[in-house]
Order: sequence, then structure tokens, then C-alpha cells
Amino acid sequence: MSYLEIKNFTKSFGGLQVLKGIDVSIEKSEVLTIIGSSGSGKTTLLRSINFLETPDSGQMLLEGELLFDAAKANQYSDAEIRQKRLNFGLVFQSFNLFPQYTVLKNVTLAPGLLAETSLKKQGLKGRELKRAVHERKLEIEKEGLELLEKVGLTEKKDSYPCELSGGQCQRVAIARAMALKPLVLCFDEPTSALDPELTGEVLRVIKELKESTNMTMIIVTHEMGFAKNVSDKIVFMAEGLVEEEGAPSEVFDNPKSPKLKAFLQGVNSEI
Amino acid sequence: MEFLEIIKALCEGFGKTLLLFAITLLASLPLGLVISFGSRSKFIPLKAFCRGLVWIIRGTPLMLQVLLVTLIPYYLFNVGNTTIISFFGIKMKSLLFVYASLAFILNYACYFSEIFRGAIEGMPKGQYEAGAVLGMTKGQIFRKIIFLQLVKKTLTPVSNEVITLVKDTALASVAGVIELYTMAESLVNEFVVLTPLFYAAAFYLIFNGLLTVLFAFLEKKLNFYKE
Repeated sequence: MSYLEIKNFTKSFGGLQVLKGIDVSIEKSEVLTIIGSSGSGKTTLLRSINFLETPDSGQMLLEGELLFDAAKANQYSDAEIRQKRLNFGLVFQSFNLFPQYTVLKNVTLAPGLLAETSLKKQGLKGRELKRAVHERKLEIEKEGLELLEKVGLTEKKDSYPCELSGGQCQRVAIARAMALKPLVLCFDEPTSALDPELTGEVLRVIKELKESTNMTMIIVTHEMGFAKNVSDKIVFMAEGLVEEEGAPSEVFDNPKSPKLKAFLQGVNSEI
Repeated sequence: MEFLEIIKALCEGFGKTLLLFAITLLASLPLGLVISFGSRSKFIPLKAFCRGLVWIIRGTPLMLQVLLVTLIPYYLFNVGNTTIISFFGIKMKSLLFVYASLAFILNYACYFSEIFRGAIEGMPKGQYEAGAVLGMTKGQIFRKIIFLQLVKKTLTPVSNEVITLVKDTALASVAGVIELYTMAESLVNEFVVLTPLFYAAAFYLIFNGLLTVLFAFLEKKLNFYKE
């Protein structure tokens, strides 16, 4: 039994079938990297895992328990989906930071709201609630600062996103996703929107995170060198299917499928 | 002491103008937001109703709407104004003011709703998605993430409407409300001089000047971040 299992995910947009039956599994503390050309369905798969798309069929199991079943998808309430989502974190290609909040507030906003909701659910009211929320928010702030330290942005805690470089923005986004302590952290092409000279700092942060936290990660990327270096397992997707998968050494040095061979040749034929 | 009398009367009229202005703004901004949600609803009848309402209100003169509102109780429900007055125990003057307010609120809410709808639809999808993957509810996403960005985005078109509203209040005269403009007109007739019109113009101009300064200040306040 794997930590996270995705079984037979399919998804169509209009008449176009983007996922044609994807099976992927990942072990705890593993880094899984998904590669493939544009339009192969990588991003749709990642968005489906994060409940931003609803697959037409398929199931997802976390620690052996059924987390999502497409057959019952329309029975899930908004609250259930929110709860299920919290098992995952997602770092977007375009960061999607909240522009009106400082770096630190970007990181602490969601945990603060969740804490407030759960304290209210415990039946706290009035001044008691206020005090409990305040205490909890102080802790959250402390955790937020620790996360910012991890991504090397402690000095920028009071800056606004518009004052940061793309690489710094993405590091904030990583800290923000970590703040909810997800079980699986997903990255959707985290460096694709960055200038080449800024990709390094983001990839370094991801690598350090893997080493320091043992976080389970799913990464969609076009950075092949990084994928080879950081991954425990590579999945190569083509036309909505998993074409080949395996350890990085196998996939990169000894590709079997013709499509993967062609893809790697294309990537490596940089002038 | 004709001058003082005229100014005193104009101040009284301006008080009405100001009240109508404030009531219209306070009610039509939130109502406009509600209508903009309705216009985007997936529930087709609600969406059709809101879009139809906006079409009718924006497609007819405000002056006509003000007049129609005063006629609705009698022609639709066969209830005369005198009946309403005695039932609620209010003065005729207040009833007419309520009529004018209702027409203004509805009219401006429809214009605001279109400003908001445009801004909401132009909001980057990623902001909603970022909130969603962080476990926020739809309400939290709107209140904590979208709302301020919406305010910033719509401030300029809203300020345009607000300044138009100051001048549109003159149309309340159709309902029989004696606001600044109507007061000036009646003073012209009473004293057979044209000066009240110039004074009234000064009132409008100064008030709009103050609003312009206020909006410039708000714009600057909201410039603490960029998208």
C-alpha cells in the first residue's frame, strides 16, 4: 500500500480528453516528479489532486483510505472538499500571492482563519474567543516567521509582494503552502514564470525542504537537471497517460518508450 | 436681508440633497454588490432577473423612474398617498422623499452592479484558487482576498458615479422633493433674481470638489500595494 494512490483518473474538457486513465502512486517522504511536454495533462493531474478540477472517473487513496471517488464527487459538500484539500498544499506557477498583504500575512492568513473557525466550533465566545484567537495567532505568527527563515526571507516579512522579485515571490508561496502543514506538497511548474537567473534560488529551497523536512512532494517541472537530482521517482506523461515511470537513473539514462526518448532528445538538444 | 434669506433657503435645500446623496450611496453600494452576484449566479432565473433589471434601469431615464415610483402605490396597488401617510404616521414631505430615495437607490445600484461585475470577472482566477487550496471558504476568499482588490479596482469608476449622483439629485424634484436645485428655482421665482442659480451652482461645485479630494486621498491610501 502506497502513501498516496491515484487510480484511473480521467478528465475531459469539452470534447478533449486530457487525462485518459492515470495511475500514480507515491510513498511517504518521497519526491515524485512529473515530466512531459505541454498538453500532456501534468497540470490537470496536479489540479485534480488538489480538488481544483474534478476528475470524471477515478479514485484517490491517502494512507490506504479513500479520499476521493469520482463516482461520489457530486455528493461531497464544500466543507468536505475543503477538509480533504488540506491534506495537500499547492505552489502555483504564477505564485498567486495576495497583493494586499505583507509577506508574513500571506503566510499566516489561512492558518489564522482556520484556527479562528476551529476555536469557534469549540464553543468559545466573546472575550474568551478573542483571547484564544489572539494567543493562537501569536503562535501562527511565530511559525510563519520560522517558515520565512526556512525560505530565506526573514528580512522581507513586512514587504508587499509587489516589492519582491519573482524568485522571492515563489519562495513566499512555498512558505505559505507549508504553513498549513500539508501531508503532500505539490508544485505546478514552480520556476516556469521566472527569469532563468532566478530559478536556482527556488529549486534550492525545494531541495532544502526535502532534506530538512522529509516532506512528501509531487513536482511538475521542465527542469530536467533538477528533476534528476531531487526526485525519488519520475513519471513521464504523454497525451493524458503515464507513458513511463521509474527511478530517475532509469528514466533519464535508460528510457524505454520511444515517446520518452524523443522528449528527452528534444530537451537535451539545446544549442 | 434678501441675500441671507436666499442662502438660508439654499442651505435647507442642500441639506435635502445631502441626505438623498448619503442614503443613496449607503444603500446602493451594497445593493449593487448583491445585484452583481445575482448577475453572475448559476441559478438562471436569478441571473435573468438581475440582468433584466439592470437592462431596464439603465435603459430608461432616472427622471422617469423617479416619477414612476411615486405612481406605483396608486396604479399598481390602488393605495393613495394619503392612506400611506396616515398608515405610517408620516408627513407627505417624507413620503415623497422616500419615493425619490427608492428610485435613486435602485438606479445607482444597477450602475454600481455593472462596475462590480466587470471588476469581479476581471479578477485573476489564481486569487480564488490560492484561497481555495489554503482551505478558505468562499465567503472568506471574498472578504479577505477579493474585496479590497475590488475596492481598489473600482474606485475610479465608482467616484465617477458618485460625482454624477451629486448632480442627479436635482431629479428628485420630479417626486416633489425640494432639494437644492428646486429650492434655487423657486427662489428665482420668488425674488425675481437669477443669483440663487449661481449660488446653487457654487454649492454643487464645492461639494464635488470636496469629493474629488476625498477620492484622491482614498486612491493614495490604496496605493500601498500594487498587483
